[in-house]
Amino acid sequence: MTAPTTTQLRKTALNASHRRMNAKMVNFGGWDMPVEYSGIIAEHMATRTAAGLFDVSHMGEIEIRGTRALDLVQHVTCNDAARLLTGQAHYSGLMTAQGTFVDDLLVHKISDPHYFLCVNAANQDADFEHIRSHNRAGASVENAGERYSQLAVQGPKALGILQRLTKVPLDAIRYYHFVFGAVDGVDCLIARTGYTGEDGFEIYFSPEHSEKLWFDLLEAGASQGLIPCGLGARNTLRLEAAMCLYGHEIDETTTPWEARLGWICKLDKGDFLGRDILVKQKEQGVQRMLVGFEMADLQIARDGCPVFRGSQQIGRVTSGSPAPFLKKNIGMAYVPPPSSANGTEISVEIRGKPAPARIVPTPFYKRPK
Amino acid sequence: MYPSDYRYTKEHEWIKVSGETGTIGITDYAQHELGDVVFAELPAVGAKIVAGKSFGTVESVKAVSEIYAPVSGEVVEVNSALANTPELVNSDPHGAGWLIKVKLANPTEASSLMDAAAYQAFVSEKGTAA
Repeated sequence: MTAPTTTQLRKTALNASHRRMNAKMVNFGGWDMPVEYSGIIAEHMATRTAAGLFDVSHMGEIEIRGTRALDLVQHVTCNDAARLLTGQAHYSGLMTAQGTFVDDLLVHKISDPHYFLCVNAANQDADFEHIRSHNRAGASVENAGERYSQLAVQGPKALGILQRLTKVPLDAIRYYHFVFGAVDGVDCLIARTGYTGEDGFEIYFSPEHSEKLWFDLLEAGASQGLIPCGLGARNTLRLEAAMCLYGHEIDETTTPWEARLGWICKLDKGDFLGRDILVKQKEQGVQRMLVGFEMADLQIARDGCPVFRGSQQIGRVTSGSPAPFLKKNIGMAYVPPPSSANGTEISVEIRGKPAPARIVPTPFYKRPK
Repeated sequence: MYPSDYRYTKEHEWIKVSGETGTIGITDYAQHELGDVVFAELPAVGAKIVAGKSFGTVESVKAVSEIYAPVSGEVVEVNSALANTPELVNSDPHGAGWLIKVKLANPTEASSLMDAAAYQAFVSEKGTAA
């Protein structure tokens, strides 16, 4: 397969701004996206200690409307959307009939007949087709990605910075809840969600306002230490928080039990895609489990490295990286349950040589309350 | 930008020759492409390196880069400062961020590599130099 040329890559409304600001750009799932501005470590640390601003407009949005909207959401996802209150969101999985992940997503309940799904950029068209193909209830399904830009303001200073641009009392929005309101005069869905392990907000709005919000947020936060961040820091931040990345920890071969995402898999909610298989797998137990590990020495495990216990290969690294805040080299991997206990000594094969590592509890990083 | 008394490879290493000794590092272009350097795996003193063959790796948060020997020789010194401060490769790639020093197998070998002007032209063609 040849990589698409620059002209074929999809661009967010901020593409020209990223280039003007000298961001380093990469092809991420078919999108021309900033991977870093000032450096992954500086951006990671700013988000942990102050705040980071991320253009995540590549993320997809799918809106499901109509009297049967809940039925459709319940049928295709594994979490129990019936438990959502208006103005509440949750993390969930879009399931195949085999109980594996078509995608992971956030489901926001805007009203009884209206659910707003935030899905991965590279999956949005496949997600849309998948949902539509299972739309026996006759709900309206819209592939709405082009109608939204999304910015993430993340970090301990995020609330104070965003508050400077809105009269909406942000403090009153609880974690994984959202409201509609004006930010900087722009109508937004303001959600207290994120993918960094920090407090923060993700705002969704019409793309024509992207530059105004981007630059006004940068200005509002500059004195607080907010800096623009790329997808490189977003990845290291989510990995420290042990959050799954589609295509790495989860894909069409992995189930919620294997990914240790049982908390988003609600078998008691009624039938849904893959439920029968998930019921069976829960009874029989899994053959592999997602674990976190920490390297003992200086070597850095990378995605795809084989994992050994003694001389036997037991799995592969799904994500491996230096952890800039923890100042350790960490990773996640699938291993058989007998080798999954915390403290288990493993080794990761890096360029043909074994490097010692140890299974540790996740998340690697938890923000101070 | 690129010191005029160094020689350069298409893989973005530099070598500075003085007498029988060559000091080797990666170029400013290379460090910029890599991003924050966090680890360098380098050969031990006494190891032989062979022109065009990988002798180690430099790793950033995001990527691993093989380092290719600009010339053949024997390692006589390794930059021990990189163990605790690998970021020197970013902040001073042509100076304090050097990787290894070698006793040259052939002191004239480096003269066949690109000079600073040729290397500058080479990276300008690639378009994204810092």
